[in-house]
Amino acid sequence: MTNSIDEVENADCLLISGSNTTEAHPVIGYRVRKALKNGAKLIVIEPRRIELADYADVFVQIKPGTNEAIFNGLLHVIIKEDLYDKEFVAERTEGFEEVKAAVEKYTPEYVAEITGANAEDIVEAARIYAAADKASVLYTMGITQHSSGTNNVLAIANLVMATGNIGRESTGMNPLRGQNNVQGACDMGALPVVFTGYQPVVDPAANEKFSKAWGVSLNDKPGLTVTEIFKGAKDGTVKAVYIMGENPMISDADLNHLEESLDKLEFLVVQDIFLTETAQYADVVLPACTFAEKDGTFVNTERRVQKVNKAIGPIGESKADWEIIMALANKLGIDWNYGSAEDVFKEITSLTPSYAGITYQRLEEEEGIQWPCPTEDHPGTKFLHQGKFSRGLGKFHPIEHQPPAESPDEDYPFILTTGRNLYHYHTASMTGRSKGIKEFSFEDTLRINPEDAAALGVADGDMVKVASRRGEIQVKAEITDTVGKGVVFMTFHFSDSPVNKLTNCVIDPIAKIPELKVSAVKVEKVAEMAAK
Amino acid sequence: MTKLNVTINGLPVEAEAGMTILEAAELAGIDIPTFCHDPQLVGAGACRICIVEVENARNLPASCVTPIWDGMVINTESDRAVQARKANLSLLLANHPLDCLTCEKSGACSLQDYCYKYGVSETDYVGEGKDYAVEDSNPFYERDMNKCILCGKCARVCHEINGAGAIDYAFRGFTSTISPAFGEPVENSPCVFCGMCTDICPVGALTPKLSKGKGRVWEINKVKTICPYCGTGCAIDLHVKGNEIVGASGNREGLANKGHVCVKGHYGWDFVHSPDRLTKPLIKKDGKFEEASWDEALSLVADKFKAAGAEGLAGLSSARCTNEDNYLFQKLLRMMGSNSVDHCARL
Ligand code: SF4
Ligand code: SF4
Ligand code: SF4
Ligand code: FES
Repeated sequence: MTNSIDEVENADCLLISGSNTTEAHPVIGYRVRKALKNGAKLIVIEPRRIELADYADVFVQIKPGTNEAIFNGLLHVIIKEDLYDKEFVAERTEGFEEVKAAVEKYTPEYVAEITGANAEDIVEAARIYAAADKASVLYTMGITQHSSGTNNVLAIANLVMATGNIGRESTGMNPLRGQNNVQGACDMGALPVVFTGYQPVVDPAANEKFSKAWGVSLNDKPGLTVTEIFKGAKDGTVKAVYIMGENPMISDADLNHLEESLDKLEFLVVQDIFLTETAQYADVVLPACTFAEKDGTFVNTERRVQKVNKAIGPIGESKADWEIIMALANKLGIDWNYGSAEDVFKEITSLTPSYAGITYQRLEEEEGIQWPCPTEDHPGTKFLHQGKFSRGLGKFHPIEHQPPAESPDEDYPFILTTGRNLYHYHTASMTGRSKGIKEFSFEDTLRINPEDAAALGVADGDMVKVASRRGEIQVKAEITDTVGKGVVFMTFHFSDSPVNKLTNCVIDPIAKIPELKVSAVKVEKVAEMAAK
Repeated sequence: MTKLNVTINGLPVEAEAGMTILEAAELAGIDIPTFCHDPQLVGAGACRICIVEVENARNLPASCVTPIWDGMVINTESDRAVQARKANLSLLLANHPLDCLTCEKSGACSLQDYCYKYGVSETDYVGEGKDYAVEDSNPFYERDMNKCILCGKCARVCHEINGAGAIDYAFRGFTSTISPAFGEPVENSPCVFCGMCTDICPVGALTPKLSKGKGRVWEINKVKTICPYCGTGCAIDLHVKGNEIVGASGNREGLANKGHVCVKGHYGWDFVHSPDRLTKPLIKKDGKFEEASWDEALSLVADKFKAAGAEGLAGLSSARCTNEDNYLFQKLLRMMGSNSVDHCARL
């Protein structure tokens, strides 16, 4: 997030897109409702009629995979009606003219045609967003899990910069990060191209700095991404894979393809708290501690580094992940002897300028610190880009709408889109083992529009087969008008109905995110609802 | 800020204009009992346990909703105030089931604490006693409205903080209670089981089921940490007895959440003690996992990593693990010559 969670409730306008905030980020959802009580306007742009759509001043229901077209459309109206922030554009940005030319053709009518939305709603949404003094955009995977995910984000950036909604309180572009420490994993360099704090491995100065600190000469070529790793496993170039605390066999796109890769692999070691679907494929499984058994830090979606505190001792012979990695390093002849998580953190801050001022003591005293925090007397950064963008001038990028890789056709007439529910979390390896939650929410359904269901002769609760070009699964149907015609929805929490057997692993060329949000599928009834 | 000078229990206190008596007293370190007040909620002035005596005022004003004025002279424990408070408590006791011996809230119950403080052990009123069935049909928490003292905080947190608005006052007078619309069980209401009502209830009317019978308040140690689920990063307290987690609640010091939580953070902790937890390293032999020692397992991994070579080695780090875990993970792979380290952030 460029801004903070706390600032949400003081925005004049919230534009929410690709985020079912009240279910996926419930506590941020509370803040959204608070903002509405305070009088904020709400624009919701979503393929599904999510709960917040009911409170929206404008709800723009779009076909999955048409986000950039909508954002271009909003910008078109804002420029056409002369509602953009000329001063901000002139002083703080570059490239506006190109974008202005690019969005010229995205008239409300043209965008309505692409997205299935109403032209009037697009105009209305643009006016509301542009009229706000402080407008904030909230989005999540609904924006990024597309083959054009990077472009979607750039299209939002264009809108935000054109209206000067950045670098001030209660504005900004605010991706809500899905997992507890996704932000931290990225910050820590758990990415093929960067060390901690986004210092590129190919940058000679950074490479030298880390080589010196770690006492070895480091590889300066970018490594493989997740998708490339599994491809490498399949064609034999990747031989050994170490997976820590991830369950790609449920969360990844195109599971059948992934299964083949794991089978081909010479050696797989999985380190986790449970024998997950992925761990079943491992040659060695290492038992790790849960969050409750360890010290360390997580970074939340607003860049706040927070202290995780050990509440109980390890269960069985399990160990904290960092301890396991250290023991493995020692076996590999690397001489590490960190005495505590804090020792590791000190090394992180010494090598990471944006973390340099953070200490465990400060984290406890100040209730977490939002990076960048370059020095010990720096208070941390509540919102980014104040007065100046990190790169100097904010750059506009002309974006063209690109249809998703798969469009519905005669054989696969529906668009399947996926997401989360309130009760479960990700692959449900944790929530699925939590008594209350499991009792309350134990199976998935395929959400389908009443008209579509009627055409297929499917009644509420009937078992249906959902098939894509990559696989098929069975699940109960739930008839609801929250999804539009031609669109069906499922979560990816349940291993009984692993929706990612169906999803497409076409990836965004830059961010390399698979297009989990759009796959073409067909739906068939297999059995009537079981008599109760 | 305009400063006002008031006197509380004979102590001069400099407070800010706009503060309530309760806030000014807090500033001076003076405790006033409260049931319905919460700094995060709009003042209700409903329970009147917080009344105080103010010089030259006819009534005993409720301190939680009465603003101070310059020169105000306040006595929080005057005879009149104490008598009124005792009468209030006595009335509440008249129809409160006195099963403190088995009540989960015992030791953290405001009613119990104030009765103790003011020496109220029995009641002069003959209460009719309430007779509600305990509602326990949802898996997360029990509602025992016989114990409810109608402070209304649960309903207010649900409306004002959560926004779900699942529960509210129903009926008036003696039959008054807190309930979802039409007296339905909460699972048929807009309730999203955040459990914030159970955290805020001053008595034992709302009890988290997972924690029942797991320990007395005074045996439990609260450890502040961060919720392991979504990226909001809510600060929570894990309630620990011995080496077991027995509950969780929101921690108000957390700047991201201010104590607010959702169903996962509140009731999703028990996976930690699942019998499915891995407790020993496993090595697959002939397609079956066998338990192994750490030494054996790690030696095997180390040999295989060496054999794979820098080009053949890759790792997936975790968006669920700590920074420290992630840092060492990528450091190890990179020191082995492989930059092929990624995680499933994109998923
Ligand atoms: S659990 Fe949350 S949503 Fe349900 S009644 Fe209590 S406060 Fe409201
Ligand atoms: S249930 Fe608890 S919080 Fe709600 S009104 Fe009764 S006593 Fe107050
Ligand atoms: S309590 Fe709920 S909203 Fe908060 S971090 Fe946990 S899962 Fe997210
Ligand atoms: S606490 Fe003041 S009236 Fe209830």
